[in-house]
Amino acid sequence: MVLAFKNETFRDDFTFSNSPAAIRRFPFPFVEDKYMYSVNIEPHELGPKGSVYEFPIDIDEHYVSEMRDRALVLDADPGRCQALPHMITAQWDMLELLMTSMARDYPEHFSLTRDGNQWHWINRPLGIDHKFTFGDVATLPYQPMEYIGRQCQGDFSIQDQRDGQLWMDAGIITTQADWSLDFDVGMNFFEWHAPVPLAHQAGVFDRALKFLLNMQHGRPVRRLNWTMTINSRLDTSPENYHKWGIDRTTVTPENVGDKVHLRVELQALWRLPRSNAILFSIRCYMIKMRELATVPKWGRRLPRVLRTLPDEIADYKGLTRYRQTTIDWLSKYDDGAPTSLGGGPD
Amino acid sequence: MSTIKSRPIYPGLSPDPNARRNVVVCDAAGAEAVVELLARADGEFAGRTSVVLSSEGLFGKESESIVERLKPATVETTAGLVPAIDRLKEILASATMGLRLYAAGSEPLIGSVVQAGAENFIDPLSVRTEHRGSLKRRVQCVHCKGMTENVTTNPVKCAQCGLLLLVRDHYSKRLAAFQGVCINAETPDESPELKVEFQ
Amino acid sequence: MTASFLRTVRVAEVEPVASRIKRFRLVSADSQPLSEFSGGSHVTVCMKAPDRLIRNPYSLMGSPSDTSSYQISVLKVEGSRGGSEFMHERVEVGTELEISEPLNLFPPAKIARKHILVAGGIGITPFMSMMGELEALGADFELHYGVRSLGDGAFCKLLEARYGKRIHVYLQDQGQLIPLERVLANQPLGSHMYVCGPKPMIDWALRTATLAGWPDENIHSEQFNAPPIGKPFVVKLTKSKREVRVGGHQSILEALEQNGIDAPFLCRGGACGQCETSVAACDGFIEHNDHYLSDAEKASGKKIMICMSRISGDAITLDL
Repeated sequence: MVLAFKNETFRDDFTFSNSPAAIRRFPFPFVEDKYMYSVNIEPHELGPKGSVYEFPIDIDEHYVSEMRDRALVLDADPGRCQALPHMITAQWDMLELLMTSMARDYPEHFSLTRDGNQWHWINRPLGIDHKFTFGDVATLPYQPMEYIGRQCQGDFSIQDQRDGQLWMDAGIITTQADWSLDFDVGMNFFEWHAPVPLAHQAGVFDRALKFLLNMQHGRPVRRLNWTMTINSRLDTSPENYHKWGIDRTTVTPENVGDKVHLRVELQALWRLPRSNAILFSIRCYMIKMRELATVPKWGRRLPRVLRTLPDEIADYKGLTRYRQTTIDWLSKYDDGAPTSLGGGPD
Repeated sequence: MSTIKSRPIYPGLSPDPNARRNVVVCDAAGAEAVVELLARADGEFAGRTSVVLSSEGLFGKESESIVERLKPATVETTAGLVPAIDRLKEILASATMGLRLYAAGSEPLIGSVVQAGAENFIDPLSVRTEHRGSLKRRVQCVHCKGMTENVTTNPVKCAQCGLLLLVRDHYSKRLAAFQGVCINAETPDESPELKVEFQ
Repeated sequence: MTASFLRTVRVAEVEPVASRIKRFRLVSADSQPLSEFSGGSHVTVCMKAPDRLIRNPYSLMGSPSDTSSYQISVLKVEGSRGGSEFMHERVEVGTELEISEPLNLFPPAKIARKHILVAGGIGITPFMSMMGELEALGADFELHYGVRSLGDGAFCKLLEARYGKRIHVYLQDQGQLIPLERVLANQPLGSHMYVCGPKPMIDWALRTATLAGWPDENIHSEQFNAPPIGKPFVVKLTKSKREVRVGGHQSILEALEQNGIDAPFLCRGGACGQCETSVAACDGFIEHNDHYLSDAEKASGKKIMICMSRISGDAITLDL
């Protein structure tokens, strides 16, 4: 499949938009008409052709522009990419997983040739042609995680496993929904999830941790998470919150359609073979309310879901200021008709 | 009690009877916990124990009386938290297994001890800790990364960039600091009152 | 967690490496190359004995960077449940076996400054791959390996050739014992100790480390226990409304599998927690043999790890 990469921005003039095909494949996360918190972990198996699940690593029309935005973030704040020294094996594991997936599934765009430890990587969209020695950091311009992270959509963190815990000891995070890698690096699973409301009391994280500790190589899993973002800003980091937070006050009934975005994270987890670490990818998809409403089922369902969202969750996700305005705008697409189960368009 | 799981819990000091060497860092308030620790342990424990005292805010006489009460443990008095941690790092640099680390006093002191321990390969879980005295906090500004020391109010003005920060309970052992996030990013015209919360 | 996740391998080589110990070299016999693995990993080998299915975990012995084959070593244990006997008597070059993907419940602590490895007898096996990994990382380690006699010590020569002075072998028949107290004294801050071997040896090593003032966080152990033998009893299942008899040489999990009942499992050694099962009723006493449940959970009688634990009594009712 040859992708046509768009030239667009995620800051300043915000020219990001989705093509009709990108709208159709958007991973709409709500399977019913009300909000339900669930860990909803399922096997990360290959999905239908054209869907975001078709391949383990999804590359789409926003690839080139997203990589350009990532480079801008890293130039301004190198702390968005950090790895503790003992994570080097896991970094190579990650590089191997991403390069082999991308080259296998998008041969028009990427190619990997391996001769023992001598690797030849070609990334045509970004104009990269590089020969290096697998396992030798000196042959790459960056550490392995940063090298491949600058060439793959989605944020990544790598968790070391020790003493019955997972430790977030490495990550490249430039499109985060309001959490700081620099603050959280080195934390265990409970610590970095500490700010999430309600779920701790429900025992959600105890069960999730047990599940992840026993994850096996070759059997990745995934789940969807979501929030909302004003303007198509990828870098909604706490580091820059004092600059972008004000955007939340700019939503009016007139501009909801273009300004308010549903932001869905396709979170996938892999056991890495050499390091026994766990790779966590957070692949972000955004869709404008105007785009979302072109799918009748989603236009009906989203306002219903937003109405049932507990206030704590709305606060945590930062929706409180514009939730009602968004519900009001979307309601004209909700004719009250029943919706089918599942997230996909009818 | 905080519902935030990154908020440290300080279970209180208890002696490790098997440690070959005990190293304790404390401030004036924490010294009371150390006196109790020594009283709880067997007679030989104190002989294997050295204390680094941060004497910030103490007069010479007060320091001397604390040193006296901690006997027969050896006590080194330092002028404040920073030199106390520097001294701890010297001790740890040449230490061997069998050393048990303890910290008693304010949260910034405990956090700094745990941090210095981790930099010298001591697992934070194996440091025995007890909180005493002030609830003041060290806060890292998530925006400029500057540290603000001895924070007692919430919100607090960042000592480095001047933004007004909401002090969260979210805590990083690696940084030994709580997280501060701009409180009025969405309401720049408002300037919430600084309430004393951590005294 | 059932057969669909298993790999098929073929035995490429069988070599007696010490008295009662055979080494098996396994190569892929399905379309996929063998997976990379990390130091300390094991695989579970399925053995189709005439009367039943046996699944035993064995540590991967080769270098983690070499995935052309896997190597496992099996100590023949007399009077045991039959897994080691099966491997010794019925498995030969060309035999096809099913194995799980590698699983690691005994990884080296990557944050350690130095690694002290303590092995007794066949407990050497997880350290073989662990040393390969540590060597590749340039990490500081030493091995203290106690064996009954040179004839019982698998791999002594190989290890000494490969790692030189970092290997310390102690021969019990020469009156040599691991001088653990001395070994643990004066190690640099941030050293971690790992022990694998028979249970009494593990207990002794853990106690010695604690008495030397080592924090719990720096002490690690792995023990491969076969499910203990006991008297037969009956398992009643509330969900599938069935009754299954558990033989004296069987675990509950094995009895369920033999009767075609799916139950979750992973390590089969009472360590990973995957097979945790709720107990609805028990006519007898639960003998907990796992390292997973807390003492309070064990005392409550509401949970059982069906891979390792059994009951002394007539029947137990499980939510399965």
